[in-house]
Amino acid sequence: MSSPRVMTYSLAINEALHQAMEADPTVFLIGQGVKSPWYVGNTAQGLLDRFGPARVIDTPVSENAVTGAAVGAAVAGMRPIVVHPRMDFMFYAFDPIVNEAANWHYMSGGCSSVPVVFWGIINRGGEQAAQHSQALHGMFAHVPGLKVVMPATPYDAKGLMLAAIRDPNPVVFVDDRWLYGQEGPVPEEPYEVEIGRGRLVRGGKDVTLVASSRMVHEAERAALLLEGEGIGAEVIDLRTIKPLDIDLILSSLDKTGRLVVVDGGWRTCGLAAEVAALAAERGFGSLKAPVVRVTLPDCPAPASAALEKVYYRTAADICRAARKLVTGS
Amino acid sequence: MTYPKEKILFFYRQMLRIRLCEEAFVDPILKGEIRTPCHLYSGQEAVAVGVCAALDERDYVFGNHRSHGHYLAKGGDMKAMAAEIFCRKAGCARGRGGSMHLIAPEAGMLGAAPIVAGTVSLALGAALAAAIRKDGRVAVSFFGDGAVGEGVVYECLNFAALKRLPLIFACENNLYATHMPIRECRVERDIWEIGVPFGIPGEKIDGNDVMAVHAAALRAVERCRSGGGPYFLEFLTYRLRGHVGPDDNIQGTHTDIRPPEEIVAWRGRDPIDRLADYIVAGGIATPAALKEIREEVRQEVAAALEFAAQSPPPPQEEVNLYVFA
Repeated sequence: MSSPRVMTYSLAINEALHQAMEADPTVFLIGQGVKSPWYVGNTAQGLLDRFGPARVIDTPVSENAVTGAAVGAAVAGMRPIVVHPRMDFMFYAFDPIVNEAANWHYMSGGCSSVPVVFWGIINRGGEQAAQHSQALHGMFAHVPGLKVVMPATPYDAKGLMLAAIRDPNPVVFVDDRWLYGQEGPVPEEPYEVEIGRGRLVRGGKDVTLVASSRMVHEAERAALLLEGEGIGAEVIDLRTIKPLDIDLILSSLDKTGRLVVVDGGWRTCGLAAEVAALAAERGFGSLKAPVVRVTLPDCPAPASAALEKVYYRTAADICRAARKLVTGS
Repeated sequence: MTYPKEKILFFYRQMLRIRLCEEAFVDPILKGEIRTPCHLYSGQEAVAVGVCAALDERDYVFGNHRSHGHYLAKGGDMKAMAAEIFCRKAGCARGRGGSMHLIAPEAGMLGAAPIVAGTVSLALGAALAAAIRKDGRVAVSFFGDGAVGEGVVYECLNFAALKRLPLIFACENNLYATHMPIRECRVERDIWEIGVPFGIPGEKIDGNDVMAVHAAALRAVERCRSGGGPYFLEFLTYRLRGHVGPDDNIQGTHTDIRPPEEIVAWRGRDPIDRLADYIVAGGIATPAALKEIREEVRQEVAAALEFAAQSPPPPQEEVNLYVFA
């Protein structure tokens, strides 16, 4: 048997786009820089040549109108993917995303839906400072009517992109430029990763590490280090942050009794706070120790590399948190 | 330019359907039976009717907070609208949308929303969908003079022009953005001129003259269908009621600050009276025939209101229904 095909995270997204556009003429890609690797890396390579400028639409810098156009096209029967190569610029598009797309199915009493993918790329690091580094998934997850996915692996990047495109609802697809070079097995045929279903990355009996997107890999590194110290860390990749795979989180908590929630977003009212609240509400009986959050501080992203080093959380931070929970020191 | 008798009488009937509906809501609003904020369309009927009569059923329309008229003119069901305004289960949005979210996808009325320029980009997207499919559809964005204070309109003008999309920007200039006279909102220039820097032609039309509205809409539709790109129509009109509710009665305070003589002057330009005069003077129909139409519409409206008032509210256990498709 041949070993499974390995490809990078960014090319897995690219393959999903090719396959979705090939299979369904209503799918189109729109956004700033879709024909420029400067903006979207190689995620869009070959699309323009293959599907033409009518369905691969590079746009002026008009986040609000372009995102609204994707929403309107979805209402009119298309399945658009609108890309925001720097997620920070999506604030200009909150009106069509939140006021219109998220509310649309509800406020139309179910007679209209918005099958659109809002694709936002996190661009942290590189001394890019506060407006080129933000991770806004928590804000989107707060809004009823939006689904939010955050793939950590090439396999999930392809499967969740295809699932997001085919979903009848607006789905926010959040990826992270730091993941684009990640390699992993990716089947050639089209497939979907179910939205709302997390993944048990590795088993462990002492503590549960819940993470998403890039932080899954930090959590995995932390679990390896902890293993060396005799601490068994179970790692859960949420994959979808709205709706959360509550059962997966609770069943792991039931097993370990300890929970570290790791998130690449801010602390207050963020994803980690939500998972912690779930544990308190529905897993209280399992808890042997308080829940711990490992998140960004409530502080804008700095420019200086020296400051970035202490700003972003790593496996070492996760280890510290887990070790303290399990051993008390 | 003139039109067949049937078309002119259709205009008259459609405008009356909107007017009598709106006026039938006044009493239930005052009694508190209707509580959803109603931005009544009375006085502006010629715009919705003249424009929508230039469209096919498959063409797309998006509206705003003041869209009872757009919904009816595009072919939305009157009973479903009345029930929605009473926020009942039988409403076109199942009691989830209220007055400001009327929708009738089967008639091409794709939706309405009160973020005043919020649906301009959605109409842009509907036009983009039509362009990608090359299906010949046209999209119309109805918005008010207040909406042109929001930046997304200018992004949409640029993008529509750039891609030559079949989009009609239909601005209903009723001279007030809620309480703000237009003079306090923008420099004194015709609104349609905002399309000019983007290469979008347009014109200002007497929005209380349904014949003129319709003629302009036909020009715009023709241009869009033939691949000529977007068109801007500015309709000068006036609302005969308050910004919201019959008389802008906000918690007991009447906030309609429009000069009384201005309101009286515009009542003298009532689009329905003007069309009736035109019909009678031109021998298109007799006053008796118009009276008969009015009686038919009155009955239709009464039946819709009766249906709405007697419909049950949405079941409380279904409050979470329709969050996701």
